[in-house]
Amino acid sequence: MRQDSHFSRFQQGRRTWFKRIQKLGLMAIGVWFSPVTVFAKPEDAARAIQAITGGKPLINGKVNLAIPTLIENGNLVVLKVSVESPMTENDYVKAIHVIAEGNPLPNIFTAYLTPRSGTANLTTRVRLADSQTVWAIAQMSNGSFYQGRAETLVTLSACIESV
Amino acid sequence: MMKLQFLLAYCLIFSTSLVLSATDAHQKKLQSSYDLMSNENKAMQDDPSLNPAMFWLGDGETLWNQPSAKNNQSCSSCHGDAKKSMRGTATVFPKMIKGKLQTLESQINQCRVNLQGNPALAYESKELLSLTAWVAYQSKGIPIAVKKTLENKVALQKGRQSFYERIGQLNLSCAQCHEDRAGLKLGGSTIPQGHPNAYPIYRLEWQTLGSLQRRLRNCMSGVRAQQYEYGSPEMAQLELFLAWRARGLPLESPGVRP
Amino acid sequence: MSKTSRTSVTVPPRAQRGSIIEIRAIAQHDMESGFRYTDGGKIIPRDIIRVFTCTYNNVEIFKADFYSGIGANPLVIFTTIATETGTLEFRWIGDHSYEAVNQANITVV
Repeated sequence: MRQDSHFSRFQQGRRTWFKRIQKLGLMAIGVWFSPVTVFAKPEDAARAIQAITGGKPLINGKVNLAIPTLIENGNLVVLKVSVESPMTENDYVKAIHVIAEGNPLPNIFTAYLTPRSGTANLTTRVRLADSQTVWAIAQMSNGSFYQGRAETLVTLSACIESV
Repeated sequence: MMKLQFLLAYCLIFSTSLVLSATDAHQKKLQSSYDLMSNENKAMQDDPSLNPAMFWLGDGETLWNQPSAKNNQSCSSCHGDAKKSMRGTATVFPKMIKGKLQTLESQINQCRVNLQGNPALAYESKELLSLTAWVAYQSKGIPIAVKKTLENKVALQKGRQSFYERIGQLNLSCAQCHEDRAGLKLGGSTIPQGHPNAYPIYRLEWQTLGSLQRRLRNCMSGVRAQQYEYGSPEMAQLELFLAWRARGLPLESPGVRP
Repeated sequence: MSKTSRTSVTVPPRAQRGSIIEIRAIAQHDMESGFRYTDGGKIIPRDIIRVFTCTYNNVEIFKADFYSGIGANPLVIFTTIATETGTLEFRWIGDHSYEAVNQANITVV
């Protein structure tokens, strides 16, 4: 009987705590929707992108980056990039860079294409350390840069290996 | 008063036994955890050009044909082409052979040591995983066919006891998650029924191929329990019960799991 | 440690001249990221494949730089135009002098 009342007190404490977290959660979501946070890139990722573009402007569009929105395990995530381009001698995608904001090292890979590639479609499998935004930057033959992004949620296994 | 208590106790026991038999997995429709995976992971398992486990199969085939240093015997010396001789074999393991309960891994070691003069392969070694994967792969698509027999009755009962026994600091039994709560969520993942029909698996968590025993040890460390040792009788008994419990489910080996 | 030079490539054996073909290439490699720790707290050093190249009759048609964020047993699927009959050669180069090579022939009609 004593155990019962202790348990329900514990439950009540948790309920209050949960309500507070809910409020905090709503606030956090509000912040997320503000214009500044939507386009902010964590510093390392921003620096990596800067190194790629050399300061040139990034144009939104042409780049489609597809990652599953909910990931069961971040160790092996299928990632597809496709860039709209005629892929001719005069107009093709020279390189595609993939940058992950939430990984310890933002650069994931760079692919170099040629007019012989036919398409600028690529698939690979990447590691995502945490829920995050992933960017794909396409470097065009005329020197311009286009960008696309994908948001994803990464969950962890319930039963882990080591104690 | 005494009579009433007695009557109540009797009713409780009767209804509990009804509930226990109702929760036997075979009453529920068997479901492979393949169904719970994302489309990308399903594709990874189904397509040989995407499934990393294919590399271990290549190694397994090589090892199958490799003659031993001591007496020049390979698996193929006795068993010929694995595609023919091993078809259906994995579906009847674990199995009582000459009075001993053998899992696929332990039987492979038994052959290698006694008939080929080879040293035993360590559990989770690349070689043992490759051979196990190669043998299990020959039964891909064939339903698990482990039956309750007079020979395995005791071992099966011990395995069943392990499955229903609460263990560890978290004081949970296998059944509490994988029978009573299969289909509900634990963290972000849906709890599977816990069938051994895809092993050995390429587990994304491990980033490599691994055995059923490794996965069971993960479960046990998950509830903070003392893990069964690799190759122990307790492991074999639990494997036997799990295979019997999953009888009818087709083998997917080598599978991919998150 | 499952690092060997086993690799697997998927290339259509025949194609129409000028058509776009899909190529899949996967290598068996742990891709140790360099960000993991042993139980004792020591960093496990990086050991990954760094560059993947594909040549078509000795002309480079695709190249990729891999970093630690690429998953184990790295897979890449890309396209190229089937220009002529010949051999596609695939090369993976990585840390600790890792090198793996594979080939596939294609008949272009």
